[in-house]
Amino acid sequence: MKAKQSGVALLIAGGRVIDPASGLDQELDVLLRDDRVAELAAPGVLKAHARETFSATGCIVAPGFVDLHVHLREPGQPHKETIATGTAAAAAGGFTAVCTMPNTNPVNDSPEITRWMQAPERDALVRVFPIAAATVGSQGEKLTSFAALKRAGAVAVSDDGKPILDDKLMRDALRAAGKLNLAVVQHAEDSRLTAGCSMNLGPTSFRLGLRGMSNSAESDIVRRDIALARATRAHIHVAHISTAEAMAAVRQAKKAGIRATAEVTPHHFTLIDENIGEFDTNYKMNPPLRSDADRDAMIEGILDGTIDAIATDHAPHAFHEKQVEFERAAFGIIGLETALPIALTVLHHHFKLPLWRIVELLSSGPARVFGLEGLGTLAPGAHADVTIFDPAKKWIYDASQSKSKSRNTPYDGWSFTGRVVATIVAGNVVYQD
Amino acid sequence: MTPHLRCLLGTDQLTVSEIEAILKLARRMDPRRAPQLLRGKRIVLLFYEASTRTRTSFEFAAKALGATTTLITATSSSIEKGESLIDTGWTVTSLGADAIVMRHPNSGAPYLLSRYVPVPVINAGDGLHQHPSQALLDALTITNHKKKLKGLRVVIVGDVFHSRVARSNALLLSKFGAEVIFCGPPDLVPDVSATLAPGVVACHDLDAAMRGADVVMSLRIQKERLAGRQISLEDYIAKFQVTPQRMRLARPDAIVMHPGPIVRGLELANEVADGPQSCMHEQVANGVKTRMAILATVLKAAR
Repeated sequence: MKAKQSGVALLIAGGRVIDPASGLDQELDVLLRDDRVAELAAPGVLKAHARETFSATGCIVAPGFVDLHVHLREPGQPHKETIATGTAAAAAGGFTAVCTMPNTNPVNDSPEITRWMQAPERDALVRVFPIAAATVGSQGEKLTSFAALKRAGAVAVSDDGKPILDDKLMRDALRAAGKLNLAVVQHAEDSRLTAGCSMNLGPTSFRLGLRGMSNSAESDIVRRDIALARATRAHIHVAHISTAEAMAAVRQAKKAGIRATAEVTPHHFTLIDENIGEFDTNYKMNPPLRSDADRDAMIEGILDGTIDAIATDHAPHAFHEKQVEFERAAFGIIGLETALPIALTVLHHHFKLPLWRIVELLSSGPARVFGLEGLGTLAPGAHADVTIFDPAKKWIYDASQSKSKSRNTPYDGWSFTGRVVATIVAGNVVYQD
Repeated sequence: MTPHLRCLLGTDQLTVSEIEAILKLARRMDPRRAPQLLRGKRIVLLFYEASTRTRTSFEFAAKALGATTTLITATSSSIEKGESLIDTGWTVTSLGADAIVMRHPNSGAPYLLSRYVPVPVINAGDGLHQHPSQALLDALTITNHKKKLKGLRVVIVGDVFHSRVARSNALLLSKFGAEVIFCGPPDLVPDVSATLAPGVVACHDLDAAMRGADVVMSLRIQKERLAGRQISLEDYIAKFQVTPQRMRLARPDAIVMHPGPIVRGLELANEVADGPQSCMHEQVANGVKTRMAILATVLKAAR
């Protein structure tokens, strides 16, 4: 990511600014200068200060979106994605910052890899915040050095995809992370109960003859983690929550003042297991698509504030890794370019969730979860990261046009209402529709 | 035949009239004096999993109608070298296959193949999912003994969870308005099995299930699948073996079926397996006729 040359100012004019962190929702012009937000003022007032003007008439001007959960596959699997291509997809989706999971090859369990991922040679278009492995090699045996990882730039620790099942190890991880004010991010799945499973347990898995993962394989781990977070006074972040039981546990934990936060993916609040149809592997992900009751519980958690963030779990895979027998296919879908359109189409236009709440779930909410300073807000002095979108624009998603290297998405050909118009990182326009 | 029957993947995709047409054609088929409807056609038997009766019966059926067949098994082909299913499908069709009959250990594999090859795919059993040709031959067998499928009480007893035969049969029978009772221990007959189709119920008491039964369909039990479960082999035999005593609870004209291979002394008492109500040999014979009808139908050679 290149820094903006100092002194050059960009005025975003004529838009409706929604900045939940500042409590703003009104027509304002935004002046960016020296890679920071300089000033907000009534339309027209700041005209004289800018050399460049970006017209945002009819659009929402929001703090740059932050994605807490992406897989950019570098180092190690550049045939699926690279940091350059993954962040290009992020920019096209309105994300100005992405938090990358450590299940790379090698696993990101060292300050060296953490720094490598953030080096300018990676040609990232948006900010990259590594989430480092919680245990060496994500083997679930020995904790990594959280302090050194944090100094190298890690914003959280996780063994995503390889849940920490051992109680003592999880307690130690929470305690060590808590001292550094880092969250432990858990992919909650009791993998002892889900061996050989490729979808949700229920009528659809029975009909398709596929082994299913039970809701309790997720919610039991979430409950255990919440109990450990209470005991250690540390921060547990529940990745990609998918079951009604886990949602209830997080809701209760928040009421009890425990530091538990949760993210939900667009697919878990939009799709259900039945959508797999006849073994379509673009509907295979982990956690799996659940029942309609669970999907409704995701919506409920978004509406009542239990959910802190929408995260994509962007998981690119090549054709030959997805177009195989369902049980052998890789888990996961790409999601950076479809997150906002789905949130707007499903949550705003269908469920009438106000726009400020959608902006919060994509910007200030996630920034707060990992304590990302100066991000997720348009307050003067904040980083000049801005997402401009048109909430009413109707369009059809064509996966073949994705900036990602991969095409594994169930949304190809879907009609959406709402689209990113421009993405600005540190004062630079990195994407424009 | 309706155009959508290009493939035979699962019984849920067939309409009642398509099923009736296949059964009607099957009744007319005689493997020893069959018209050469498939002369010049090349049929590939792609078997990723061991099979005796299904493979042989498809092979006899194809040859009886004049087709050429070739068998590809996982261990004696490029599959062993790591070739993907889609690549194998492309290879086989480039070689000139007119249809592919596939047995595969993964549920849904024939659906994947059918999306990428331009020839009909016939599912000869996929994982735990479906075995549609077995359900069709079972329907032929039942209708040879019963006037109609509607209103019949069909008990399917055994390891329903792991059975593609159970799923295909229940989905087919439900379309005709038969009552299907899945019966076995809760581990093998989970309550969710009753959601499969209208008219399907789950039951854990064989005596109750057998009362008034018109058809008793026993499924193979794999001993290794009982291992680690709540039920022992002895327990299973005591509670779920189809015995002469239990047959007395069924209707006097009830028939007994089994897709094979049977494990002697486990699923069925010998007196039942070899008794007058047993249709097991008839099922095997009907397998060839039914598969002749299936091949003729999907290759649009039926007259």
